[in-house]
Amino acid sequence: MEPVTLQINGATHRLFVAPHRTLLETLREDLGLTGTKHGCELGECGACTVLVDGTPTLSCLTLTVEASGSEIVTIEGIGTVAHPHPLQRAFAEFGAAQCGYCTPGMILTAKALLDHRARPGSDEIGEAIAGNMCRCTGYLPIIRAIAAAAEELP
Amino acid sequence: MRLDPHHGVVGTAAPRIDGLAQATGSLRYVDDLAFPGMLWGKILRSTQAHARVVSVDTRAAEAMPGVRAVLTGEDFPVAFGLLPVSQDEHALAIDKVRHVGEPVAAVAADDPDIAQRAVDAIEVVYEPLPAVTTMEEAAAMADEPIHGEGPRVNRHREVSLEFGDVDAGFDAAYHVREDVLFYQGNNHAALETHGAVGLLTDEGRLHVYSSTQVPHYLHRILAKVLEMPEGAIRVTACPTGGGFGGKTDVFSHELVAAKFALVTGRPTKIVLTREEVFYAHRGRHPVLMWIKTGFTEDGRITAMWLKTYVDGGAYGSYGAASLLYTGQLLPVTYDIPAYRFQGVRFFTNKPACGPKRGHGTPQGRFGLEVHLDKAAEDLALDPVAIRRRNLIEPHSLTVNHLRVTSCGLAECLDRVVDASGFRDRYGEMPPGRGLGLAVGAYLSGAGLPIYFNDMPQSEVMLKVDRGGGVTVYSMAADCGQGSTTMLATVVGEALGLDPTELTVVTADTDLTPIDLGSYSSRVTFMAGNAALEAALRLGDLILTAVADEWEVDPDRVELGRGVVVAGDRQMTWREAVQIAEARWGLLVATGSYKPPKDIKGDYRGAGVGPSPAYSYSACVAEVAVDADTGVVSVEKVWLAHDIGRSINPLMVQGQIEGSVHMALGEVLMEEQAFRGALHDGPSLLDYKIPTVLEMCDVESIIVESVDPEGPFGAKEVGQGPLLPVIPAVVNAVYDAVGVRIDEVPVRPDKVIAALRDRTRGGTGRYGPTSLPDYEFRPPLPVDPPGR
Repeated sequence: MEPVTLQINGATHRLFVAPHRTLLETLREDLGLTGTKHGCELGECGACTVLVDGTPTLSCLTLTVEASGSEIVTIEGIGTVAHPHPLQRAFAEFGAAQCGYCTPGMILTAKALLDHRARPGSDEIGEAIAGNMCRCTGYLPIIRAIAAAAEELP
Repeated sequence: MRLDPHHGVVGTAAPRIDGLAQATGSLRYVDDLAFPGMLWGKILRSTQAHARVVSVDTRAAEAMPGVRAVLTGEDFPVAFGLLPVSQDEHALAIDKVRHVGEPVAAVAADDPDIAQRAVDAIEVVYEPLPAVTTMEEAAAMADEPIHGEGPRVNRHREVSLEFGDVDAGFDAAYHVREDVLFYQGNNHAALETHGAVGLLTDEGRLHVYSSTQVPHYLHRILAKVLEMPEGAIRVTACPTGGGFGGKTDVFSHELVAAKFALVTGRPTKIVLTREEVFYAHRGRHPVLMWIKTGFTEDGRITAMWLKTYVDGGAYGSYGAASLLYTGQLLPVTYDIPAYRFQGVRFFTNKPACGPKRGHGTPQGRFGLEVHLDKAAEDLALDPVAIRRRNLIEPHSLTVNHLRVTSCGLAECLDRVVDASGFRDRYGEMPPGRGLGLAVGAYLSGAGLPIYFNDMPQSEVMLKVDRGGGVTVYSMAADCGQGSTTMLATVVGEALGLDPTELTVVTADTDLTPIDLGSYSSRVTFMAGNAALEAALRLGDLILTAVADEWEVDPDRVELGRGVVVAGDRQMTWREAVQIAEARWGLLVATGSYKPPKDIKGDYRGAGVGPSPAYSYSACVAEVAVDADTGVVSVEKVWLAHDIGRSINPLMVQGQIEGSVHMALGEVLMEEQAFRGALHDGPSLLDYKIPTVLEMCDVESIIVESVDPEGPFGAKEVGQGPLLPVIPAVVNAVYDAVGVRIDEVPVRPDKVIAALRDRTRGGTGRYGPTSLPDYEFRPPLPVDPPGR
């Protein structure tokens, strides 16, 4: 077991993890942050996307020990039902989630985009979310929601 | 109580009531559940396509520290299957395995790593048998058939029906043409893999949480396989991370997780890997089809003969129905005077196929719509005219005795033709660009339940608390399609309440009354009708009590938005509820829905196809085809859908856009293909689904024909819009580059092969040329309904 220190959603967690434990497993199984989803565990679908030092990262392909010392943001860290982030509100309002399983990863990818680009065009939004699969919506309401959230953010 | 929507709830593009729970990651899917002392289960799967299981040695696995239980086929002697006619599966293989990836044994351990190591330590001795992997092989006599004793053909089911005099129709035709086409199988690829947790409650009852779309069927099959009374079992269907029909069967892991809970007394979770999902499958059936149609000179159909050859994989699943669906719904769009439909579903040593969005109908629909475009060209008609000339009439009976009520197909056709500029642009576009047209129809719920009974298909209960809060109880499972929001919207509209203020309790066999499940696009129509009936009864209780209180005629008292009114008198809903509870006691109302009995014929096979209402769709697709690479890009899709009445236009549009996405995957890239009996690539890296970069622009057109029996006139939208997209794209490829790809998916290599063929003086066609050597039994003659 390896000692690691993780900064997750602004809180510090000190824990011991097996060297082969993935960040996805640590978040979901050890810390109960089940908002991060697993869809394939092979880096193909994007459902497990979290932000590591601001960059969208596939937590299923990231070892927890690699993330030690990094700032990690999960879906739980950006808003709640009572106080949603503008992206979360827009996803609900535009029907950008149907089953909702890709939604946390999609929103974190979008957040990273909007952190760098205030008013991205729909092509830029498409490029950004091209690694996040959605099987329900056909992506179109997701693009609408991200564009609408971008308008709302400063 | 008024039956027309007038409270501004129905018809409003409102967000899902669980939208923020989804967007914040707080919605709990089955894999998000954890319980004290929970074990992790893993399943050992067959490495053999077809083999006798000689022995399963679990001793090494059982000896591993942390392993709490090991199960094998001996622990599950009772066979099961979703359809009563197909009880051909076991939770873990007994005696034989029939496909690579079939569950053979299972381990429950303290953590997943231990469970996996223990699974790897189980030793299975197989005696390989000849594997059947193609329909041609399946049609031949086998000494070792996949099911039953040989020698016999690996046939699962056959259908052979004739409505009217088909030969006379061909004799009378001005033009007859035949085509052979193939539709490859594909997987649902829902983002969430399947999962289940079994546990014992404090009282010792079994409680199973699952990603299932059909908690009621899971409940029945758990009781059968575990040999327990249904009352000793509780099933909860968690919100599902996408279903598309992939979670409408009952699976090994659900039964195994339940058994582990019984054996160990500890909660046990099993979540499939992505690879395992491709083995569990139950996806689209590969269908080879032959279609022959006679036409008058002006394009009227005189007769049609369809033969379908369906590759079912190793088990029955829903296949007896899937087979019938390949042909039974074609007469729902076109008035076919005489129709012969013959089909056969074969067993092969591959994962079993089952229902996927459109269940059995996209394949035949693809065949017919491509065939019609070719016939139109033969007859020098345009694709609109040949369809227009044959459209089914509203309020009519099809040749195979299906009852059509509302039908907005003509309007759907006109709307996509107009919106896309089809009349001016078809055949006139620059080289490499083309337009294609197609239509489709789908069920608003299967008219018959899966097991024969006279009880309602859906029941809803409402309960009111003294604060005016209304709770809706229904077993309908939300697999992302939004059934929970639909229930709140229907009840909210009827009672003048805001859907977001209602509480909806769903999909739990202990808490909720029956709904058969989220399949066959049945939930809005059936659970919606049950909810509406319950809401109207509740409204009557409240209006009657208020009328008594005010001493006015009950007919003068009405529900407004959150209020009860009579003339200039008004009270709040909360006040009215308290008066009603004082008057009646506990305020509970129930509603039930059972489809009418007169919607089907009385021939063998007539049970598959009837529905209380059919949705209709029409589609124009615009494509660009790169003649150098063979790559087809779909640039835009116009899709008009007759939903009857749009309960929530935002969610209707979502289903249309999502259907287009799934259809693009099927027509351009997705295949559950095999090398022999080995899956070609059981991962999302190899099995490509469209990303945002392959998605096209979609213009959704909602047509409202207001069905006389649907809740507020509503019909389905979850599956129907997928159907016409696939043939529309294939027809557009022909318009773009002049080659006929009679096979889905339209991969670049097929386009290139067809283009090369044309360059060399061939017909420029890519597709199947032969049919399996299989003789259908003579068709059962059925008189068409009198007209």
